[in-house]
Amino acid sequence: MKLTLKIWRQANANAKGKMVTYPLDGIDGDMSFLEMMDILNEELITKGEEPVEFDHDCREGICGSCNMMINGKPHGPQKLTTTCQLHMRKFNDGDTITIEPWRAAAFPVIKDLIVDRTAFDRIQQAGGYVSVNTSGNTQDANSIPIEKAKADEAFHSATCIGCGACVAACKNASAMLFTSAKVSQYSLLPQGEVEATTRVQNMVRQMDLEGFGNCTNTGACMIECPKGIKLENITRMNREYLKAETIG
Amino acid sequence: MAVLESKVPKGPLADKWTTHKNTINLVNPANKRNIDVIVVGTGLAGGSAAATLAELGYNVKTFCYNDSPRRAHSIAAQGGINAAKNYQGDGDSNFRLFYDTIKGGDYRSREANVHRLAEVSSNIIDQCVAQGVPFAREYGGLLDNRSFGGVLVSRTFYAAGQTGQQLLLGAYSALNRQINRGKVQPFNRHEMLDLVVVNGKARGIIARNLVTGEIERHGAHAVVIASGGYGNVFFLSTNAMGSNVMAAWRTHRRGAYFANPCYTQIHPTCIPVSGEHQSKLTLMSESLRNDGRIWVPKDLEDAKAIREGRLKGVDLPEDKRDYYLERRYPAFGNLVPRDVASRAAKERCDAGYGVNKTGNAVYLDFAASFLRYGKIEALTSGKKDATEAEMIALGKKVIEKKYGNLFDMYYNITDENPYEMPMKIFPAVHYTMGGLWVDYNLQTTVPGCFAAGEANFSDHGANRLGASALMQGLADGYFVLPYTIGDYLADEIRTGPIATDTPEFDQAEKDTRARIEKLMNGAGTHSVDYYHKKLGLIMWNKCGMSRNEKELKEAMDEIAALRADFWENVRVPGSADTKNQELEKAGRVADFLELGELFAKDALTRNESCGGHFREEYQTEEGEALRDDKNFAFVSAWEYNENPRDAKLHKEELVFENVELKTRSYK
Amino acid sequence: MSALVKSSLARKWVMALSGLFLVIFLTQHFVINITSVISPDTFNEWSHFMGYNPLVQFVAQPILIAGLIVHFAMGIILDFQNRKARPIKYANYAGGTNASWVSRNMIITGLVVLAFLGLHMYDFWVHEMTVKYIDVQPEDPTRYFHELQAKFVSPIRVGIYVVSFILLAMHLWHGFNSSFQSMGAKAINKGDGLRKFTYAWAVLIPAGFIFIALFHHFTHTH
Repeated sequence: MKLTLKIWRQANANAKGKMVTYPLDGIDGDMSFLEMMDILNEELITKGEEPVEFDHDCREGICGSCNMMINGKPHGPQKLTTTCQLHMRKFNDGDTITIEPWRAAAFPVIKDLIVDRTAFDRIQQAGGYVSVNTSGNTQDANSIPIEKAKADEAFHSATCIGCGACVAACKNASAMLFTSAKVSQYSLLPQGEVEATTRVQNMVRQMDLEGFGNCTNTGACMIECPKGIKLENITRMNREYLKAETIG
Repeated sequence: MAVLESKVPKGPLADKWTTHKNTINLVNPANKRNIDVIVVGTGLAGGSAAATLAELGYNVKTFCYNDSPRRAHSIAAQGGINAAKNYQGDGDSNFRLFYDTIKGGDYRSREANVHRLAEVSSNIIDQCVAQGVPFAREYGGLLDNRSFGGVLVSRTFYAAGQTGQQLLLGAYSALNRQINRGKVQPFNRHEMLDLVVVNGKARGIIARNLVTGEIERHGAHAVVIASGGYGNVFFLSTNAMGSNVMAAWRTHRRGAYFANPCYTQIHPTCIPVSGEHQSKLTLMSESLRNDGRIWVPKDLEDAKAIREGRLKGVDLPEDKRDYYLERRYPAFGNLVPRDVASRAAKERCDAGYGVNKTGNAVYLDFAASFLRYGKIEALTSGKKDATEAEMIALGKKVIEKKYGNLFDMYYNITDENPYEMPMKIFPAVHYTMGGLWVDYNLQTTVPGCFAAGEANFSDHGANRLGASALMQGLADGYFVLPYTIGDYLADEIRTGPIATDTPEFDQAEKDTRARIEKLMNGAGTHSVDYYHKKLGLIMWNKCGMSRNEKELKEAMDEIAALRADFWENVRVPGSADTKNQELEKAGRVADFLELGELFAKDALTRNESCGGHFREEYQTEEGEALRDDKNFAFVSAWEYNENPRDAKLHKEELVFENVELKTRSYK
Repeated sequence: MSALVKSSLARKWVMALSGLFLVIFLTQHFVINITSVISPDTFNEWSHFMGYNPLVQFVAQPILIAGLIVHFAMGIILDFQNRKARPIKYANYAGGTNASWVSRNMIITGLVVLAFLGLHMYDFWVHEMTVKYIDVQPEDPTRYFHELQAKFVSPIRVGIYVVSFILLAMHLWHGFNSSFQSMGAKAINKGDGLRKFTYAWAVLIPAGFIFIALFHHFTHTH
């Protein structure tokens, strides 16, 4: 397979970046998208050029490191799939592929396709936890039965891998889906309910401070989320927040 | 340090941990505020240790090479976490978990450590539930369990196919809480490049800021290495691309002994290699062996036909299939431990029965489960006269609910629908039981330097049972290290803040800079990956699933030559004072090139077969591993030497007072 | 409560509540207008009530205007913030593949509706104010129907009117159900009932307005 790649190159956070075109040949359908990038980089190194830097780690679709805007879509054309799990068989010989970093004021570019997503960490630090110490003396795990449907729903919200595709997809670069998934997970469980009020207030405050855009309910986040996190989480967070700010 | 002092407490096995906790030194809360601890690695072990240490009052700095602590590779663990809760009432107990783990590790682990692990296993589940970890539940609202290999009870807790992510997010949330309180300072996108030892005690680290390239000094009263395993020495493994041995190896260079490097777990159910371009391997959870049956064709001719595409596995009649695990190990069947399952797969493939193009794959078949589950489903939903096809369709739905994400992942990677065709799987490097030698307190041979999780060697002996890595990581981090570190730190309350402008820090930083400079100034013939792939091939072919003296010797020579070539000819583009992923990789591969040789040396020294270490010279007539308890019931702890082949061996004799050493049998 | 006004979620409620208020107003407006098709007398009677009842004039009308201003001002502020949240645009952005055009372009449909409102205010409201407070003409409870018909004579004006209402429909298509989402209504995620209702409403009411306009255009007697 022969491809033309158009890739965002930027030397560092302060440098001005630009799209650079690279022809690439000999790509096989069984390769993953990142393996295709490996081949490009190997070629660049051989030619004495600097390879394209991108975040990636587990290459199993779970660590949430990889983040490429491929042909205008976060993680590329395949639904429910991270960049690392995208395979080249989804492309055709002769295709031109544009590859850009996530674009958001809250996710500044560090180098090439690598962005700084610590804003997500700070949102979680603001309240994405249950305040329970490690004592070894917490009550028995089975002392509070949890309705299976609720437990499953909490689990589903918890499957967010924090990749940032929601922000990248959103026309407003809003982080609502990410934040609401965490708020939802805890608010659905009896263990998390105790702190539900302060949690949602603190996390929303931090989310706003980070400079993400506002949610306009376009639903793009849900469509592009590689883990299929539902829009319902956003509704739930809106509800939780209203509750927190009015009745407390 | 001539003698390895394991510091295992006296007394009956079941009381050791309690007695130890009752008698070790503690640091009072006011003093904890004046003590700094560095934790390298933020996976299950590091993340949970950092959070707990901060809860206790210590000032903690965490280091990880990822952009967020949440991305540590613990996240990729799929199947589950063991705990001796006995919720299923199937006869589980602390002792049984202890026994299973000792036996599973082929009697090459320390009794006291393993029993402690079993004791705290239940606390882990309680703690995680309290943190809001969404484990799978039954309709009654209580926690569900599944079975894993090598045991006869159902004690594995899970969260669909992503238990690791959920547990890690739990630890990460505890960590976040402490970051928010200012008790933990996170240094993400940082890599530890050296350990600083002052007057024989670990006093800090040298780290590189991976974004700016800055070399930083960080002082502390104790350093915890929780940087995971070194499976990537094989290049292809189920580890994350960035997983590396650097922190552990740098510590080893500064005096910490490295134990049992050759104990590697080759996981039996991974997606086979598809081609040259492959960058990593993907695991299919062991939980699949609950419902999948492993087989190859009975006749060589059929295997050949399948390889050449003339025959489809699914069309081969039942009587022409060889369910070799069920045949060889009727008691455990498809749920034999990983080392046994892997070797059996290799044996069949080597004999010519492999079922993919390369001949290196066996089938994992769910057809029987589709029917079995479908039957139950049909009956419980009132379809008493369902046809077989209808039942199969219903059964597929059940399987989809249980393992849907794994099936999707398989489909995505291989482009073959596992609901229609049996999966093809092959063993792959997954976990390393070896690691930094630690005593009962998890302290390495460098005072003040501790190791937790996969980075230490402690609990799994020569083979780890499924769902035990998560258990060990969290046990170390939440419940063991935070106590035992106090025993050391109690003597540090008068030390005061650790200065980083000492000659030792100067020297360590100088060494680090020199090393980076050397890497940047290679002659520039080959990329880092070129060397890494070469190393991986040597390791896989000569130090992999089966080893022999001749090849191990060859491997040592080849790795030594490759290492020399690497330092001379590696090409690292870009500069060192900016983000430079090639430089990061180069530093890691440089350490793998040393470790690899020691690995081979360790394997060569151990003239027996045990667990994941299979020496062709030492096997029974039936091809089972042949242990030598008389001469090899010890831990090999290696003292560093610039030439790994000259590393000095120290032995910690393993004393078994509570279990009888038997030939492991799963028949 | 202070966070309530400052936070992004609170701003969404302001949008949602003011939007819902305008939806209610629009419904009421439609109910009165449709009488012009059925019975000119009823239309005159109701219009006169709306025009001269002090409660409507001095309480309801200012609230309506305030609601309008809040909705538009907040919409523009939010859009400005949203643009700021992505200072560097994508070279290639397939926004159309994951969200509908209307949901992504509320600012466009909104501004068109705003422009139309300008015309509308000029046509009816300025006219009313002139009649009542500047020229101070005597009350004429029968003038409204004729005035209405007169406005729909010009095909250009009717054309503008029709286009504006199509854009309003688009605006409502996303806005009406989105307001429930923003306020955290469980019902918007559970089943399709509420969602379908909002879509139906978003089409039917503007279609009704268009129908009224066309009706008078083709049947006017002056």
